[in-house]
Amino acid sequence: MENLLEIKDLNVIYKTDEAIVHALNGFTLSVKKGETLGLVGETGAGKTTMCLSTLRLLPDQVGEVVSGSIKYRNIDILKASKKEMLKLRGAEISMIFQDPMSGLNPVMRVGDQIKEVLNLHFPDMSPKDKDARVDEVLTLVGITPERKDQFPHQFSGGMKQRVVIAMALVAEPKLLLADEPTTALDVTIQAQILALMRELKEKFDSAMVLVTHDLGIVAEFCESVAVAYAGEIVESGTIEQVFARDKNHPYTKGLFNCIPDLTSTAPRLTPIPGYMANPRDLPKGCKFANRCAHCTEKCMAAVPEMQEVAPGHFIKCNLFEKGASGQ
Amino acid sequence: MIKYTLRRILLMIPVIIGITFLVHFILMISPGDPAQMIVGPEATLEDIEMKRHELGLDQPQVVQYLKYMWNALHGDFGTSWFQSFNVMTEFSHRLPYTLRLGFLAIIWAVALGIPLGVISAVRHNTIVDYALTVLSLILVSAPAFWIGMMYQVFFSLNLRWLPASGASTWRHYILPALSLGGGVFATNCRTTRTWLLDTLRSDFVRTARAKGNKEVTVVFKHALRNSLLPIITQIGVNFSIIMGGSVITETVYAFPGIGSYLINAVKAKDVPIVMASILVVAVIVGITNLVVDLMYAVVDPRVQLGGK
Repeated sequence: MENLLEIKDLNVIYKTDEAIVHALNGFTLSVKKGETLGLVGETGAGKTTMCLSTLRLLPDQVGEVVSGSIKYRNIDILKASKKEMLKLRGAEISMIFQDPMSGLNPVMRVGDQIKEVLNLHFPDMSPKDKDARVDEVLTLVGITPERKDQFPHQFSGGMKQRVVIAMALVAEPKLLLADEPTTALDVTIQAQILALMRELKEKFDSAMVLVTHDLGIVAEFCESVAVAYAGEIVESGTIEQVFARDKNHPYTKGLFNCIPDLTSTAPRLTPIPGYMANPRDLPKGCKFANRCAHCTEKCMAAVPEMQEVAPGHFIKCNLFEKGASGQ
Repeated sequence: MIKYTLRRILLMIPVIIGITFLVHFILMISPGDPAQMIVGPEATLEDIEMKRHELGLDQPQVVQYLKYMWNALHGDFGTSWFQSFNVMTEFSHRLPYTLRLGFLAIIWAVALGIPLGVISAVRHNTIVDYALTVLSLILVSAPAFWIGMMYQVFFSLNLRWLPASGASTWRHYILPALSLGGGVFATNCRTTRTWLLDTLRSDFVRTARAKGNKEVTVVFKHALRNSLLPIITQIGVNFSIIMGGSVITETVYAFPGIGSYLINAVKAKDVPIVMASILVVAVIVGITNLVVDLMYAVVDPRVQLGGK
């Protein structure tokens, strides 16, 4: 299958008053057509930055792409004109933001906010068709169309997230960037929203990048997974390959060890020791080195190469170097 | 909405009573006997006493206040103690000048202040933004009377473009309106910049951008409307500042409004004029604030007026 989105060796920095924050450091990721990819990583791993870079919506005067490339189909996102980007955003690539509470304009009617996408990308559509389409998409996400004249403050958190999803899907985008769509919601609503997203994704045949820090969600909803750490992808592969827990990056392994197991009798979980590398002052070598049990001098000296341990299963770790004995 | 408006109008009554009572009280306890000033330095004690009785000054302050308010309620604002003309008549001449000047000042301060604030926010940390910041800083910190005189020196004396005093043609309004609105323009510009910048960084603005909106639409349709609430509040406050500021500006430009009238009356302790001026200003400011509060509900659907 051809790649819909291809991010190669992307470096993004945030210039703050105190320091330069290295948010993405050689971030490489590809998403195939129609694929659901889970992007996992802890806070500060660069997940949101990756989504924003793809839409070229990094904060003005602060965020900056230093090097690398982002290709969507055959469009070079970083070189595209402003006009081209306006056409992509919302129509081809949609984003669902993390916090539904603040993601909707508080002074605009919910229906109008959804219709705005249609106004922007389907100028030829008749007003009647637009209204019908808004009703349709609201029904799809489980909101009665009568509520479209209400304002966001009259909706609960889960309902708002449904509106946000409706807004992201109304133009039937080819690629959906879902940035922790369920983090702000409680667990029962989480499952509903995710099931809804999967259903809609299949209906519209969109590809989706599901950003989360919940491995359980990934296992259930995604076909492939990429693990981000300190602004780079340290492991990627299909769900089966990664969740087999046969060959994993030490960081991925650490993440697995943090999941409580119902059958285990261990009195405590095994956390990953230490903290994530400071993005203002990154180590020269592997960014996970200081927390890794398998760290060698080689790891400290240079960034490890990406190793293909099985077809389509990549791990960025010296442990899996060709000729090495594995774990 | 109607119930809310009515309740707010009723609430204005205690406010106005409070303000007028306080002003009356201060006038009465401040040194200087108006009766003595009226009858002149050569008058006998008897003459002064007679005058005091005539003006009602021999009665307790509360009684005088109640009497004044009672008459005012019946449309009688009294006669000036010094110039013996009817205060009401004089006001009907002077009030339009002050209102015209005040509105002119507020209109230019808002019509320029908000758009320039928007530019400042959108182009923040650029030379345009810095220039506007410096201009605002000067206008807000320089004393009104000094600014007024500087305009007179520059535009009337040196350039000879505009008249320096009086109010006979529309050209006479330009300089007073310019100096009266200066501080308000500066605050409008700065508040708009601050609030809009804040809103531009919020999540829903990012959502608006992610939909494929042009930056112009993002700023005006999505961000600005959300920043309007504090800006409207500011305009309400502006009006009070302008009414107060007109006292100084009208004096500098010898402008025949109630501001210059009031300041002379305070100096002379001409109680009927002071009281009438305060009453008028209090009512105007009260109504403006009510209008501002009513506008909240128009701008922001989350504001429910008169809710429980």
